[in-house]
Amino acid sequence: MAEKLPEHPDFLWRNPDPKSSYDAIIVGGGGHGLATAYYLASQHGMTNIAVLEKGWLGGGNMARNTTIIRSNYLWDESAAIYEHSLKLWEQLPEELDYDFLFSQRGVLNLAHTLQDVRESQRRVNANALNGVDAYFLSPEEVKEVCPIINIGDDIRYPIMGATYQPRAGIAKHDHVAWAFARRCDQLGVDLIQNCEVTGFLKDGDRVVGVETTRGRISAGKVGLAAAGHSSVLAELAGVRLPIQSHPLQALVSELFEPVHPTVVMSNHVHVYVSQAHKGELVMGAGIDSYNGYGQRGAFHVIEEQMAAAVELFPIFARAHVLRTWGGIVDTTLDASPIISDTPVEELYVNCGWGTGGFKGTPASGYTFAHMIATGAAHPLNKSFSLDRFETGHLIDEHGAAAVAH
Amino acid sequence: MLLITCPHCGPRDEVEFHYGGQAHVAYPDDPHALTDREWAEFLFYRDNAKGLFAERWQHAVGCRKWFNAVRDTVTYTFQSTYAAGESAPNGVAATHGGTP
Repeated sequence: MAEKLPEHPDFLWRNPDPKSSYDAIIVGGGGHGLATAYYLASQHGMTNIAVLEKGWLGGGNMARNTTIIRSNYLWDESAAIYEHSLKLWEQLPEELDYDFLFSQRGVLNLAHTLQDVRESQRRVNANALNGVDAYFLSPEEVKEVCPIINIGDDIRYPIMGATYQPRAGIAKHDHVAWAFARRCDQLGVDLIQNCEVTGFLKDGDRVVGVETTRGRISAGKVGLAAAGHSSVLAELAGVRLPIQSHPLQALVSELFEPVHPTVVMSNHVHVYVSQAHKGELVMGAGIDSYNGYGQRGAFHVIEEQMAAAVELFPIFARAHVLRTWGGIVDTTLDASPIISDTPVEELYVNCGWGTGGFKGTPASGYTFAHMIATGAAHPLNKSFSLDRFETGHLIDEHGAAAVAH
Repeated sequence: MLLITCPHCGPRDEVEFHYGGQAHVAYPDDPHALTDREWAEFLFYRDNAKGLFAERWQHAVGCRKWFNAVRDTVTYTFQSTYAAGESAPNGVAATHGGTP
């Protein structure tokens, strides 16, 4: 039986016209922008604020991701912020009074080579030192967690083990956006859709507002949370970001009875899959290699991920693909996000989450709100600054990012 | 699937190629003279054009040569491809450092 989804009330938030002035403006009405506004209002008492969204709320990458949540990252800085995020996920349904079906069904990250095994065991040990729940499982133990998986050795890359994080899981992405949006609205935040930022108003080196398709709006502080378009937007403010935008594709099957009880990811053969609450098999692969903004990608990427999925899960061979889509992800050279001030005073950026932004939504908003409200980095995001590309203090998470980018 | 015209071999499927990012980014003339900021620019900062973009591809399973292309990053249409060492067509030269 598929799980019943929460009711969707007709109106979760007002649709106000933009005021002429706000204390702070967040550009981007996806998960990260909405979470930022929520924590600005709930933690820092800033309620004269607006979220500007060029399309509709939660209609960008929030609507295009594969909803996986986990915190088993290698480096201390990443483990700290993603584990904080996971802890926020665990309390948010109650805090926001909205059931967005956060399901802690665990995640397996498969190892297919001896090097994979060594890297996985190293990461499990690093996780343990950082208080993140993680275990290394043998192929037989993997099979116990996920009975449909093929642990035979007659495939090109047999499973040699996996890391397992039991507290990881998935959530219903649209409902997460709606949950944040509803509470933001209740706290007095103006959520303004169909309002594209086309320029920035500056007084010397300080940002004082934005030009939009719905007129000029002045603001004391401006935070950018625009995912794939971060560098396009920042350039309008004269800020250059070390970001490259790429298509990342995902797909879903038709609906099935529950067959897949956990989340399985494989960096080596490049597929990750879980079963949505309603019953679709949801899967993704790596990014398409070329830069792009077209919200679509190449078919061979889907073909390769399907081939990998069918080797790992032979019963998927009978599943039909229902639809495929592409989102545009903003990648950095060290596969870690940027939550930072900029050379423009009172202009802040939150970007570079690449292929892993959904899981980071709560901590992204939490730390970005702290930064916008206080003008200083929170201890959780001070390492994720723009100047790390200058000082060389990179946070290289290409291994733990689990998706090549 | 993109159809990419290798300047040496002609049109081939995308799967034959390897992507190399922005074209015409020159190695610093005097590396010792660079500030940390300038090194960061050279190593990590690239254009991320929405629209026409001069970029590098390698015909990895064909002639194996690197070449340059001008492609629209919204429509994914190739405007031109040209051999390494040739200048970018007018109007799409890299804004970043690069040689002509």
